[in-house]
Amino acid sequence: MKIPVIITLKKDVLDPQGKVIHQTLDGMGFKDVNEVRQGKYFEIDTKETDRDKAKAKVEEMCKKLLANLVIENYKIIDPK
Amino acid sequence: MKSSVITFPGSNCDRDMDVALKKFGFKNKMVWHADTELPKSDLVVLPGGFSYGDYLRCGSIASKSKIMQSVINFANSGGMVMGICNGFQILVETGLVPGVLLRNKYLEFICKNVFVKISDKRNKYFKNVNNEVLEFHIAHNEGNYFCTNDQLKEIEDNNQIAINYCDENGKIEDQFNPNGSIKNIAGIFNREKNVLGMMPHPERMIDTSLSGEDGSMFFKNLINNLK
Repeated sequence: MKIPVIITLKKDVLDPQGKVIHQTLDGMGFKDVNEVRQGKYFEIDTKETDRDKAKAKVEEMCKKLLANLVIENYKIIDPK
Repeated sequence: MKSSVITFPGSNCDRDMDVALKKFGFKNKMVWHADTELPKSDLVVLPGGFSYGDYLRCGSIASKSKIMQSVINFANSGGMVMGICNGFQILVETGLVPGVLLRNKYLEFICKNVFVKISDKRNKYFKNVNNEVLEFHIAHNEGNYFCTNDQLKEIEDNNQIAINYCDENGKIEDQFNPNGSIKNIAGIFNREKNVLGMMPHPERMIDTSLSGEDGSMFFKNLINNLK
């Protein structure tokens, strides 16, 4: 089962990379962008076949390694 | 005095640290990240570099390596652990010191000498250092120290700030902050002050043929404090 995870920076954390992307988009003519925040996407392919158990394991992975909870939030997407 | 320097895949200041520690009297051993046992040590150093290519987050993969469990146990039992640059990034990822190190504010890799002011001398790292301000070298892309407001309050209440970026006279201002760190923080302690994480490299300032000798002062003092 493949479980997608999205990691984003928390609201108050400065995202200089997102800011540069925003400025670049602005320079390219995309004038209506309010803000860009950059994040990370993971796809965890697990042997676990039970959806809830798999999601619980991935949540543990997020807390222990994939995200740093001081600055990041994680969101586990329901597998299809 | 015995020291150990941990080498991770991608460490590149481990041998510089070895040279520095030996120069000032430490009997140093190099320890490989995949080892599980830490040799008997009075000081453990996590060196600078780019462990695991900075994958995921700087220091995050190294913080889970085999030797780190022994380093964490050593630190929790009061052992002296010092993380420099990438070593500092590894320390924050283990949770031994609070906060994180973000990408530098202006997205530049910074490589230059800076001045830092010693914020607290009631610890074995900086006790008896004569100077208030030291000139050290920094070389990093992710040195922008960040923590939550609650963590900052706790850090300040416990005097856990070790050094702040400043000018040569010790003035701590925004314009002397190279990377956007909260409160110009360049290094912090754990609550007990046996663990120190800092971005500057004292091991790069140990010889007149390098760009300064304030590192010599730091290491000479450190070994005396540990005796």
